Amino acid sequence: MAPTLEIIKKQQDEKEWDEPYFVNMGPQHPSTHGVLRLFLELEGETIRSCDPRIGYLHRGIEKLSEFRTYSQAMVLTDRLDYISSAANNVGFCLAVEKLMGLEVPRRAQIIRVIVCEMARICSHLLWLATHALDIGAMTVFLYCFRDREWLLDVFEMICGARLTVSYPRIGGVRLDFTDEIVDELYKFTEEFPNRIPEYETLIDVNRIWLKRTKGVGVVSPEEAVNLGLTGPSLRGSGVHYDLRRSAPYLIYDELDFEVAVEYEGDTYARYRVRMKEMREANKIIRQCLDKLAETKGEPVVAEDAPDLLMPFGKVKKPQAAPHPKKGYVVKGVEVPVVPEGEVYMATEVPKGELGFYIVSDGTGHPWRLRIRAPSFVHISAIPALAKGHMVADLVAVIGTLDIVLGECDR
Amino acid sequence: MLAVEKLQENFPHDIIEIKECAGQVSVTVRRDRIVDILRFLHDDGELLFDHLADLTAVDWLGKKEPRFEVVYNLFSIRYKQFIRIKVQVPENDPRVDSVTCIWKTANWLERECYDMFGIEFEGHPDLRRILMPDDWEGYPLRKDYPLFLEEEQEWKEYKKLRQKARELAQYDWYPMLAEKDKEEAGSPESEAAA
Repeated sequence: MAPTLEIIKKQQDEKEWDEPYFVNMGPQHPSTHGVLRLFLELEGETIRSCDPRIGYLHRGIEKLSEFRTYSQAMVLTDRLDYISSAANNVGFCLAVEKLMGLEVPRRAQIIRVIVCEMARICSHLLWLATHALDIGAMTVFLYCFRDREWLLDVFEMICGARLTVSYPRIGGVRLDFTDEIVDELYKFTEEFPNRIPEYETLIDVNRIWLKRTKGVGVVSPEEAVNLGLTGPSLRGSGVHYDLRRSAPYLIYDELDFEVAVEYEGDTYARYRVRMKEMREANKIIRQCLDKLAETKGEPVVAEDAPDLLMPFGKVKKPQAAPHPKKGYVVKGVEVPVVPEGEVYMATEVPKGELGFYIVSDGTGHPWRLRIRAPSFVHISAIPALAKGHMVADLVAVIGTLDIVLGECDR
Repeated sequence: MLAVEKLQENFPHDIIEIKECAGQVSVTVRRDRIVDILRFLHDDGELLFDHLADLTAVDWLGKKEPRFEVVYNLFSIRYKQFIRIKVQVPENDPRVDSVTCIWKTANWLERECYDMFGIEFEGHPDLRRILMPDDWEGYPLRKDYPLFLEEEQEWKEYKKLRQKARELAQYDWYPMLAEKDKEEAGSPESEAAA
């Protein structure tokens, strides 16, 4: 912090500037989607170099998790990418289940896919709204929030929460879907494909939108992989890397959907990828709803799942824990022991690849929980993408990478 | 697995341990050869581990010797293969060669590793703290670092900030709150007694 202030002070003292101009952008800036601070070196209005500074939202989730049980640590994952919290929960539960060797009932798997894809649509709608607002298209914002609100209402029907849902559990999900939820989702999937053209007519052929997005922040496929980009940001460069297809989890290998890929590698291509992905997500929810009808009445929590106190629904006996003799009690709840070992489980969340690397020492607490956050890696790629562009284009680059600082700082 | 066989063939003296857990293979290799081995995995035509999914460290205080482990999780986008490479790092000499020459994404991941564990990456272009402030003392994710710091160990800037907040409290718009804050600041004994 101190050297930055020194440079800015020096700049103020001198009357004539031959040297490059240093500008501090953020941390409180409307278009940085949170508390991101960029330290820019400018030549005129062209960016010579860019140094992102992060850590303003660092809450130490990795450290905190080491002092909590696995079930308690799951609640913290909501606070990573708070726009698609359901997808984070699923990723964490999958990692722990893989370590425990727990088989999840089929109905729970289908429900998990549905909430994941709902979170994906939520996240992409919010991304489109804010990205368009950054670039100067106000109207899209209002339409996107209208539809996002609908999905949040469905989340509220499912589990009572709208944003930080904490709905999946290790071994299944907390509550079964009721008929009203299924009906509402059918209504949504019927209506949503008609809503997407509404946004597209607003911006697809909008001359300002095209000028602001085409040819901005171009990244080649090789460089995109090298920079560690994942998710829509990578697929906009023409790399077929989607973990739902590359390393399938849940029931994604049974579903019929396309991996959205565009080849230009600029901001506009990434926008097209996300629009396509929303359509695919809608298709996936529709297929899952059909599958859900086949498994009606089946359990949604595995028999040998870790015991949890739930307000209502299924509460199991302590004997059902996988290692009943080694378990111990925390605040009246028996905590099962997770076998020794390590696992890296990556899932495709709306922003990219979210990985949980868990090292267990054979107790009820994780020895080490590492979160590979896509936003963290994407922010590290901003200097490469923004170099040589105007400051106004930097806003488009930040928007197109879809970063959330809660996830970046953890 | 092909990658493990190839590693055994090309680096027979550098592999310390091969383990499998939850269907994922992890190979522990010698510290001084890590860049060569990762470059081989990245460049070899039949392996192509081009995606550095994750780079992190684990502190094994009181469990294992040497104390630290640096973990590289690699994924091959083309062949859809996963492998984990590990190096052991002793406590008295926490140094590893940097892999920023292979993956640009390693830059920030290594910086975070340095910030949280104090492991130095040799050859890194810009090794400084990333999540914590520059003048932070200690490495938070080490096992001997406490979850809650004692008051005298707190970050200096935070102390200054609290002092400033107290000074500015007299200009508060909500006099009720300011008075409450003054009471708290003025009488720590009564609070402790309560």
